Parts: sequence; structure tokens; C-alpha cells
Amino acid sequence: MGFDEMTEGGGGIRAPYERIAQWLASVPREQLQQRRLEAELFFRRGGITFAVYGDAQGEERIIPYDIVPRVLSRAEWERLAKGLEQRVKTLNLYLADVYGKQEAVKAGIVPPDLIWQNPAYRPEMAGVEVPHGVYVHIAGIDVVRVDDESFYVLEDNARTPSGVSYMLEGREISIRLLPELFGAHRVAPIENYANELLSALRSVAPRNAGADPTVALLTPGQYNSAYYEHSFLADKMGVELVEGRDLLVRDEIVYMRTTQGPKRVDVIYRRIDDEFIDPLTFNPNSALGVPGLFAAYAAGNVALANAVGTGAADDKVIYSYIPELIRFFLGEKPILKNVPTWRCREPEALRYVLDHLAELVVKETHGSGGYGMLVGPHASAAQIEDFRARLLATPEGYIAQPTLALSTCPTFVESGVAPRHVDLRPFVLTRADGVRIVPGGLTRVALRDGSLVVNSSQGGGLKDTWVIEC
Amino acid sequence: MLSRTADSLFWLSRYVERADYLARTLEAAARLSALPASYGGETNEWESAVQTAGCGSIFHERHETATADTVNRFLICAPENPCSIVKCFEIARTNARAVRTALTSEMWDAINGAWLELQSLNPAQLSANTLPKFLAFVKETSLRVDGSGHRTMLRNDAYWFSRLGIALERADNTARILDVKYHILLPENATIGGGIDYSQWAAILRAVSAQTSYHWVYRESLKPWLIADLLILNPQMPRSLAACYQSIVANLDELAGAYNSAGPAQRAARTIHRQLAATRIEQVFQHGLHEFITGFIGDNNRAGSAITAQYLV
Repeated sequence: MGFDEMTEGGGGIRAPYERIAQWLASVPREQLQQRRLEAELFFRRGGITFAVYGDAQGEERIIPYDIVPRVLSRAEWERLAKGLEQRVKTLNLYLADVYGKQEAVKAGIVPPDLIWQNPAYRPEMAGVEVPHGVYVHIAGIDVVRVDDESFYVLEDNARTPSGVSYMLEGREISIRLLPELFGAHRVAPIENYANELLSALRSVAPRNAGADPTVALLTPGQYNSAYYEHSFLADKMGVELVEGRDLLVRDEIVYMRTTQGPKRVDVIYRRIDDEFIDPLTFNPNSALGVPGLFAAYAAGNVALANAVGTGAADDKVIYSYIPELIRFFLGEKPILKNVPTWRCREPEALRYVLDHLAELVVKETHGSGGYGMLVGPHASAAQIEDFRARLLATPEGYIAQPTLALSTCPTFVESGVAPRHVDLRPFVLTRADGVRIVPGGLTRVALRDGSLVVNSSQGGGLKDTWVIEC
Repeated sequence: MLSRTADSLFWLSRYVERADYLARTLEAAARLSALPASYGGETNEWESAVQTAGCGSIFHERHETATADTVNRFLICAPENPCSIVKCFEIARTNARAVRTALTSEMWDAINGAWLELQSLNPAQLSANTLPKFLAFVKETSLRVDGSGHRTMLRNDAYWFSRLGIALERADNTARILDVKYHILLPENATIGGGIDYSQWAAILRAVSAQTSYHWVYRESLKPWLIADLLILNPQMPRSLAACYQSIVANLDELAGAYNSAGPAQRAARTIHRQLAATRIEQVFQHGLHEFITGFIGDNNRAGSAITAQYLV
């Protein structure tokens, strides 16, 4: 058994969990069950749902929600936050470099083919000056713990990370369903997230926008799996939730169609992938995008958050270079650890990986959502052989990592309260003048005993994350 | 506000209103067709229900004759019917989801809650015993959606567009029922005191929930020209064409005031409203009730198109 955040795996109770442990020891199971049903009802009635791709049955599902909170001490959080800030600053500097002077390549830190052959690299962005130099305005950095001391980054999400609405709604559930426990903990508030997000978006408005820039949130529409989140954030920020057909571009200026005629838009928080935002520049078959949007962007007349082409910084191979890039760009020692990564494109690494498939986690370089990965220790012989063949065919498409003993947190499951593996996705905002992070994040929990896969598309659940003084 | 948002609010209201109207039509048809044959005359109430709903041609692509079973199924849940009650709810909820940010939580709850309940009522499996309860649920939903909107929405363009949708749809529905039933309202057919006519007239009033109102307004037994007066010209009657246009004009005026500009939609609505206010029921009958109604349905559609062109695209 690995590190348990409440019991440390032994008999003791870690300081942040003292009250939680007392509560769990005294609360009747029926009450937990009752609370869980109420939480589900809250999600269902609120239409707080998500869609799972490739699932004909459940067109709208709710994510299982575990009401037992996950707790971090203020000191743990401060350390984590510093590391996150360092990491996201580096992602931004690296992207400016990739689409600018390419010093990291010239210095021999990142092999050039990793940039040019990366499908997420957008040649159209080379030389484009993004407003205020910010590429990744919203980052979701997935971190895990393996012991009392260290946080590991599992992956960087620099495109359109989602889940923040669940972080915020989860907190509402804690306040509503666990009033006493919540009140006793003095939990650091996160409710200002939408406010911070709005001010971050406004801070990057193009210089030719007025004093009161107009922000809009661009969604693919209500059949997108994260539509609830899009409408939630637009609502909390008080900005229009637009679809591609609501926008038009005239003379490289973006407008939205309103009941009072076209109105200029200065900043677009877009939740549509690069490929689909503009059929004139990218995928010509996209019906979701806005013809001419990229030209308006390149002309500096609108800010896009996140910038186009940020995927060049968050794939799983580039991930393995981030610690070196932190040293290169910031001259600092990385605060957060990286999981050791074998880049299968390197022959020596490939040989090692093929010899140790049963122990390793193999991931597609450009995969996401927990799809297309091999968890060696849990895989059948046939699955392992399947991956061996794939690795031999396209080694550059894969990386491998040791299976981490992810930390566990107490979780209410069928058999009662039991430890389950968790990760954490804090949301990191980058404004024109610096980084902001609300204290907390989305804790994802693998509800099946022993499972390490926390993705909600694969049966994971969620928890509220409390940062407390202790 | 976004044109698409306004469009969704407008149609969301229209579809909830339409579902309510369909439920009333089915109730009225069931009541009439339950009368002894001698009262029913030549008319097939189920046929006129389909005609009133404006989907006669799609219905007859699949069904030779209109019966209780085929019409109930068709108007409630047949997949081939693009505006069955179930479809109306579905479209209303889709629109509500598209503009959640423009709805109050009470309105969303009314619509989403009705949608969830609709699934559990299993509309495809209704029997003669469960049908009345289902239709009551549909009518109650429109009350809840309408009421929660009225009680909780800010009085701004979102509210005015949703009210416009209700009024325009109501006007259309009232006009349609008059269009299908006009012949029984013609004075020359009125053999006053005959049970057949009485039931038919009462059914019209019931379909627009005006039976009690009639008596309060006219304090008379049912007379066909007074029924026509009530449904066309009487501004006290919330479903009359005149009252609908009073509301359409008022809401368009609010929009014009807030946006500081009026246009073809305001002009079209004002013209229709002025005409209704200046007309007396005798003139309607002189001119021809049928022609009058057909003309109105056309005008109402044009007013709808003017609203769409001016605000919703």
C-alpha cells in the first residue's frame, strides 16, 4: 500500500486530517449515503452533466461525487502553488520561444524535430505577436503525491483544460451538505475563481480595445461534453456564451450578432480546439468555428485564450523536457518533480521499455483522457503484446513511465469508507502581469479498489479539495 | 443580448405554449367524442384536433382516418410528428440548455424538472386511464414555466422576448382553432338550443380555457357570435387575438425603448393591433369569419417574420 493522506499508511493520523478522521469515525453510514444521494440530486437537477464520447446510452451523465473532502495544509499548498507558478511561467516562455526565437532548440535542449513534427505545432503562429505575450491563460496541471514530501506533475494541460466548474460546484455541495465540518475547518475560499478568470481575460485585451473590453466565451455548443461548464463560467463571469455562428469577422475585427446589431468582441475565451476555430485557416470542414477569426487574431485585434498552438507545449514528450526548460528559462531549480519518462523515440529507452512492459505505464504522446494507454501491472498478456507491436511500429508515438504509487484518500464506497487513489488538477491563471491560483483544485478519485485511472470518462469520481490552516 | 439567445428564449416560450395548447385540444376532442352519436353529427372530433394542431398532412401520410388512438399517439409522442407534445418539450429544453445563462434557476428548474418527469411518465405507453393525468401534467408545466418566468425574470430584453414568444404562439393557436371550427360559429347555422352546437361551442371555449370567462363577460348562454367576439376582439380575454396583440405591442415597445430604435416589427404589430381594436364582431361576420381568420393567420406569421428579421438572426 502506498501513501495514504489521512493515515500515512500506518495507524497515525496526519495533522490536516485530524477532524476528518474524527468525523468519519462518528458519522453513521446511512448519513453518508443520504448525503451522497443529495449531492447526486443537486447535480441532476442542476443539469450539471457531462457527455461521454462513444457512449450511445448515456447522452448526459453525472459524475460520481464523493462527499469526503480531500485536505491539504496551507504549507503543502504554498509549496505546490510556487511549483505550479514556476511551471506555467515556463510553459509560456517556451511557447513564446517555439513561435519566436527558438533559443531552446539552438541551445540543444529540445530536439528540433519534436517541434516541427508535433501535430499540435501551428506553423501559422510563427512570428505572430500574441497580446501581452501570454499563451497559456488557463492551465490545468495534473499533480499526484507519492509521499508526505513531494508532488509530481503527471501532465500539463495547456489547451482547453476543463473541470473547474466541478471544483466550484463541489464546494457548494460541501457548504450545503457538510455545514458543521466545513465551518470547523476554515477552508480557504475558491469562489473568486470566475472573478479572477474574468480579470485575467480582460487584462490581455488587445491594446486597441476600449477601456471596457468585451469578453465572450466560445463554446462548440450544447452537445459538447463540457457544455455545462461553458455556460456555468459564462454565467459566473457575466459574459456572453457564444457559438461560432454568433460571431462574424469584418475587416479583421470580430463582432457578435446581437439583438442590437453587431457588437465588437475583444477577448475570446475559446473552448474549441485549434483545429476547429477557423475554417479558413484550419480544418475547412469545421462548422463550429468563425471564418476569418485567425486573421483577426494575427492582426492583433482580438485576444484568444488560450492562444492558438499551445498544444506544442503539453504533449507527453515535451513534458519530459520541462525540468530542463525551467532551468533554461528561469535559471531556477524545479520545485515540482517530473515522473521519470522514457522517450520511446530514443532507441536505448525503447529497448528498456520493451523489456519492462509489465511494470510500466505506456502512454500515447498525443493522447489524453486516459484513452490509449497501457497500465502494465494491470494489463493482460494480450494487451501487452498489442502494445509491444505498436511500440515497434511507431516508437515515437509513445512514452513510458514507472507506475507511481499514487496517494490515497478516504472515500465513501460500497463497502464503507476506504482508501482510493487520487490526483489533483489545480487551475493556474496567467494574467498580463503574473500568475494567480485559487487555493484548491479538482481532486479526481479512482472509485474502483486498486485502480489508478481517475479520468471521469473512465469511471472516476470527484472530491472537493480543502486547503486549511493547521 | 445575442440574437441566438433571444431566438432561443422566444422559441422556448412558444414551444411550451404549444404543448399546452395541444393538451387542451386533446382534452376537448376526448370530451366531444364521448358524447352520444346523435350529438356528434357528421363531425370527426379527432380529425379536427389534427387539423387544429396544423399537422393534417403529415398525419394522413400514415393514417387513413383519425381515431382516438392514432391522434392521441400522434399529437403526444409520434416520432414522425415534428411538433408532438414530447417534441415540444424536447425543443423547449434544448433551447433552455442553449441559453441557461439567460434563464433564472427557477425557470430552468421548471423546464428541466418537467423534462425529467416526462421521461418517467412514459408518454408512449399511455392508456385511457393515465392520459388525463398526463395532459394535466402538460398544462401544469406551462403554468410553472410561465409563472416562474413571470415571478423571477429581470424585466429586460430576455423577459420581453420570452413574452413575445408566448403571445405570438397564443394568437396563432386561437386563430387555428377558429379556423377549423369557424363553420359552427356562423350565425346561419345556429339552431339555438340544440345540444350538438352547445357541446361544440363549449369545446372551443374549453380548448382555450375560457368557459368560465365567457359567462363572466357576457352573462348569457352560449351564442356563437359572442364566442367569436370573446376569442377575437375582447381584450379582457388573455387568449383573444386582441389581448395577444396588446401584449405583443407592449413587449415590442419595451424593446424599442431599451434599444432606442423601432423597426418593421413594431410597425407590423401596431397595425394588426389597431385593426383589431377598431373592428366590431358584426363587421367580422359581414366580411366573412373564415376570410378574417385566414387573413389574421397570415398577418401573424408576417409579424413573426418581422421580429425574427429585426432581432433574432
